[in-house]
Amino acid sequence: MIAPVEPVSHVTPRAHGAHPFLAIEGVDKSFTRGGKTSDVLKGATLNIERGEFVSIIGHSGCGKSTLLNLVAGLTQVTTGVILLENHEVNTPGPDRAVVFQNHSLLPWLTVYENVKLAVDKVFRKTKSKAERHAWVLHNLDLVHMLHAKDKRPAEISGGMKQRVGIARALAMEPKVLLMDEPFGALDALTRAHLQDSVMEIHARLGNTAIMVTHDVDEAVLLSDRIVMMTNGPAARIGEVLEIGLPRPRNRLEMVDHPEYLRARAAVMEFLYARHKSPSLVAAE
Amino acid sequence: MAVPARQLFLIETAAGCVPAAAASPPVATVIADPIVKAPVIPPISATSVAATQPARSFDFTKMLTSVATAVVPPLVVMILLGLFWEIACSSSKATLPPPSKIWTEAKDLIVHPFFINGTQDIGLGWRVLTSLQRVAIGFGFASIVGVLLGTLVGQSVWAMRGLDPIFQILRTVPPLAWLPIALAAFRDSAPSAIFVIFITAIWPIIINTAVGIRNIPQDYRNVAAVLRLNQAEFFWRIMLPSTAPYIFTGLRIGIGLSWLAIVAAEMLTGGVGIGFFIWDAWNSSRLPDIIVALCYIGLVGFALDRLVAYAGSIATRGVSAA
Repeated sequence: MIAPVEPVSHVTPRAHGAHPFLAIEGVDKSFTRGGKTSDVLKGATLNIERGEFVSIIGHSGCGKSTLLNLVAGLTQVTTGVILLENHEVNTPGPDRAVVFQNHSLLPWLTVYENVKLAVDKVFRKTKSKAERHAWVLHNLDLVHMLHAKDKRPAEISGGMKQRVGIARALAMEPKVLLMDEPFGALDALTRAHLQDSVMEIHARLGNTAIMVTHDVDEAVLLSDRIVMMTNGPAARIGEVLEIGLPRPRNRLEMVDHPEYLRARAAVMEFLYARHKSPSLVAAE
Repeated sequence: MAVPARQLFLIETAAGCVPAAAASPPVATVIADPIVKAPVIPPISATSVAATQPARSFDFTKMLTSVATAVVPPLVVMILLGLFWEIACSSSKATLPPPSKIWTEAKDLIVHPFFINGTQDIGLGWRVLTSLQRVAIGFGFASIVGVLLGTLVGQSVWAMRGLDPIFQILRTVPPLAWLPIALAAFRDSAPSAIFVIFITAIWPIIINTAVGIRNIPQDYRNVAAVLRLNQAEFFWRIMLPSTAPYIFTGLRIGIGLSWLAIVAAEMLTGGVGIGFFIWDAWNSSRLPDIIVALCYIGLVGFALDRLVAYAGSIATRGVSAA
């Protein structure tokens, strides 16, 4: 069971805080379809501290989205356990807000109403009507989307939709922000803009974030740690790479930073030398 | 905790039953019905609306051209058909009256839709309104019950397995075949006619609502799950808006069928409606009156269809442009 959402305090772990903020312990996931069972994820173990930005990277089909969905509670673990602040995670909830790959805004609501739906649901009891209104505007402002608050998703660009998706997730004040290839469907320039926005927001709010990506530069630029997955079926966490880059990070300065180059090379080496995508191997 | 868990169950089950629905030919036929296909709510994207608005300068010639292109061709065809009809039926041996005779004999019906000369001698406007009232009640009930039953069948695999075969059989029963049963049950003609409307209109509403609910994108269900929307919130905030295009397709087929059924039902049940008027006119050999009544029925049926389509295009604004 999950405890009611407490306001995020920026106090460091409690005195007896031997428990990590988010713990993924020996998680297996298999899907059964038509009597056939296929293992997607095997023995995933990972601890994430409060305020950490962690990326999960791997080739397609390696179960990285599955791992994120497990933390989100959208799918259930087959064996193992996921603990958030020492409470088991097994259902979805606003304390683990998700930024979906394809934005998932409700097309019949305006930008404002999309965020409002989340705010009204999460803060119905704790904030007054005026406070909720102000909170929606605050979060839209955070992603620079205040000017489009009365537009419907069909009237704004893909990058703007994704911004609203991020605003909606942030507005829930999640303990962990989960992002499933949030910039995957965007062009390179928009993507860079949004990455900068996410870094800026992370610096301001200090929220814990897990991001699934298949973009090496994105992972290195944004993350404190990169979780590299081996290829499926039965994918495992292959390696966890610490990124020692100082924050705040500037895209231009990072390009020839030795640590950036080292990290980038390490991820590339993992993905393309040691754990080449099965489809690439087959093509040779 | 129980609520989201249940929703997850529904997600899987709903996803699982989509192929079954697609494989079932009757459902597919209803969806692919040409009546439906043509009008399916044009995605009025607000961008295009916004784009056209700045051109505010009133262009009369442009407006006249667009009106003319819409009105002139059917007008020409109607005049030609009328002429052909007039010539074909002007001989003394003709069994049907020519347009000129209709005009002279049924002028009062055409010109004055709303006269009252006695309980049975009233204008066709009143008769149409009486029929429309029956349709409104029957169709209204069918809409509410149809959407609720469709929701049940769309959400629950077991409800679908239990009910869908029965629906598929019952929906092929012709409307008038229900009338004797209804007369026996209600022992009165007025509720029986309404029941016939109800039972005629409800099937496409149920089936289309169910298909719409099975087609709610997984993304929306995920959003609902993360927000922990309860069943009622999910119904109002996610299910109804995202299913609206399907529901309105069902409503549009339903209203068309209702209007078809009311005329037939009224012929048998009597009373004041437009259907009974036709039967009455036939019994007293007033052929011109029947032809005028047919025109009324056609125009009203067209207007009903447009009305539901218009309501649908307003209610589903944004959804189809996703």
